[in-house]
Amino acid sequence: MVKGMKRAIPILVTIGLVTAVAVVSALTPKELPPTPLAQLKEQYAKKRTPSVDHSKFPQLQRAFARPQDVTSACIECHNGRHTEVMRSNHWRWEREEYVKGRGVVYLGKKNAVNNFCLAAEGNELACAKCHVGYGMESVKTFHFDDPRNVDCLVCHDGTGTYAKAQNKGGLPAPTVNLTKVAQSVGRPGRSNCGVCHFYGGGGNNVKHGDLEEAMFEPTRDVDVHMAVDGANMQCVDCHVTEKHNIRGQLYSLSSMNRNRVTCEQCHTSTPHEDDLLNEHTLKVACQTCHIPVYAKVNATKIYWDWSTAGKLRNGKPYEEKDAEGNILYMSKKGTFRWGKNLKPEYVWFNGTAHHYLPGDRIEDPTQPVILNRFEGSYADPDAKIFPVKVMRTRQFYDPVTRMLLLPKLFAPRQGEGALWEDFDLLRAIEVGMKEHGLPFSGKMDFIETIMYWPVNHMVSPKEKALQCSECHTRHNSRIANLRDFYIPGRDRSPKVEAFGKGLLLLAILGVLAHGGLRVVTLWKHGREGKR
Amino acid sequence: MSKKRVRIYTGFERFWHWTQAVLILFLAFTGFEIHGAYTFFGFREAVRYHSIAAYLLLTLIAFAIFWHFTTGEWRQYVPTLENVRAQLEYYVFGIFRNAPHPTRKTMLSKLNPLQKITYFGLKVVLIPLVVTSGLLYMFYRYPTRYGIEAISVGSLKFIALAHTLGAFLLMAFLVVHLYMTTTGETVFSNLRAMITGYEEVEEPASTGTLEGQQA
Repeated sequence: MVKGMKRAIPILVTIGLVTAVAVVSALTPKELPPTPLAQLKEQYAKKRTPSVDHSKFPQLQRAFARPQDVTSACIECHNGRHTEVMRSNHWRWEREEYVKGRGVVYLGKKNAVNNFCLAAEGNELACAKCHVGYGMESVKTFHFDDPRNVDCLVCHDGTGTYAKAQNKGGLPAPTVNLTKVAQSVGRPGRSNCGVCHFYGGGGNNVKHGDLEEAMFEPTRDVDVHMAVDGANMQCVDCHVTEKHNIRGQLYSLSSMNRNRVTCEQCHTSTPHEDDLLNEHTLKVACQTCHIPVYAKVNATKIYWDWSTAGKLRNGKPYEEKDAEGNILYMSKKGTFRWGKNLKPEYVWFNGTAHHYLPGDRIEDPTQPVILNRFEGSYADPDAKIFPVKVMRTRQFYDPVTRMLLLPKLFAPRQGEGALWEDFDLLRAIEVGMKEHGLPFSGKMDFIETIMYWPVNHMVSPKEKALQCSECHTRHNSRIANLRDFYIPGRDRSPKVEAFGKGLLLLAILGVLAHGGLRVVTLWKHGREGKR
Repeated sequence: MSKKRVRIYTGFERFWHWTQAVLILFLAFTGFEIHGAYTFFGFREAVRYHSIAAYLLLTLIAFAIFWHFTTGEWRQYVPTLENVRAQLEYYVFGIFRNAPHPTRKTMLSKLNPLQKITYFGLKVVLIPLVVTSGLLYMFYRYPTRYGIEAISVGSLKFIALAHTLGAFLLMAFLVVHLYMTTTGETVFSNLRAMITGYEEVEEPASTGTLEGQQA
């Protein structure tokens, strides 16, 4: 007994010590540092106060006859800033891009082909409503070197009353009180960016799907960052801007992996407490899980069939709408389909995109033409899975030259060949291709095109992030189309399955046979024994 | 001949065996859920439980290895061809004729020659396969980081398939293992021994060698 006691003493002492340490450390109040997320929330909760009041400046206390006079007044004090704007793609409508296999290309709204209104060139009077300048009638004739045409107000207006006129090449509406607007200028808010970026493609949410009117004053469910009942962040909080170089680019118009806005710039690449989730950031973009649905409030256009355009009713163009007011048919544009609360599609993307440029020959017309192909694969160390909105369109195509056809859509008056005035498709294409300096065989056909629109906005609260089982499942996995890698829950090797199940079956059958035989022989022995 | 109560398994051995049994069953259950065979806990919880059980099993294995080496019990698993034929013949023929077991279980030699081969394979091939593939699945990025390019995110497929293969093999082992427990002196004597540590064995007429192998 005594010997046993002696042996127990060190064990008891150890247990006692461990318990004491545990109890003391549990009871000691800890001063935990604020979590990274709490620090971010604090940082963005700070109210900004403007350093000056522009309404007090005598230079702005006057009537402005022309918007260019406002620009001149701005430059008087902010000398040199206009040159920053004039270097930006908001002004130049193009970027110099190096594309592997293609060399240096100049890509931007100036020359890009999309599968909405197809091209801006030739339709500038209408499209340049969203150019950060005044009076662009044609990208060929516009004075890109005239600083007075820089539109400071569209981005810096603080009254919410500044608006550009329809079809005036970017000039403000005549009703705008330029003096009031000039006196109100400040840091751009959601409304300044949204007035163009929410309406791309000719209406609310037509193009992006994740940028729309609801983002002016979003709720937390719509966008956790910009929510007016939450962090209330502005576009430029993430799209950090230095010397008018706004961080961020969209791959409908960009090719190179540069100047991107990332979630990681604030949240780091390991933002989760759970290491297993952090593992995912190697191959999965934050957006993939944190934007489970887009077009949360209003529908976005997902399909466009140009082949039905030009139909007239009683000699007049007409429109048809669905119950929610989405346009289903328009004589000017053809037939549309819309989607709301959409699940994104998913692609590998390494930040580099290849674009169809006007005049490119389509190699395989039996396949849909991808207008902005995204580079990337599982094996690519820079690639991650990204959510995208996929826009699918039937658009004009020349079966002889194998080029996409770009009709002239807009003209200020009839008789200039514009589709939207004259409704003569072949003539509109003839005029449009001539303006682009491209050949047209006279034969028109239609071809399917695809465009990828990365879904980056409408980030949901974390409770609504994608669940594991939405991808890690054999049935209807969100990433069912990405097959160049293995993930548990979704994938199996038919060989391993067949071997494993076969072996299990053999084992079970073998055991049953052996056991059965034993029972039978034992029973026999028993009977023999009795006899 | 008289019956004698013989101690076969120590306390630690029984603790090790049953803990390992529970953990492996639980790992298989959560593992095949992760594999997509069925839904019970839900994928995320299944993964979490699978990881916790994996760490517990690793800890247990560490203790078991220590125990095997300090007690010399590892020698039990050194495979031998001696008596393999007799043991095989017993399972194929003898067992149906109520023939006696060709080998006898003692504290010093608790495994028959077939068991030696099976458990040697289990410990040297199968468990290391499952443990290594499991560890690599969790920590593949460390070898990658230190320049071992053969192991990268691209190897995960093979790592996962090896792990799955191991799981199937373990399950097949389990089926046969469970059945084999019924082939002792009586249907439940092996099971009882693994629970109580003791087994009733028939004492040979002569006080034979401690090895107890019947020639």
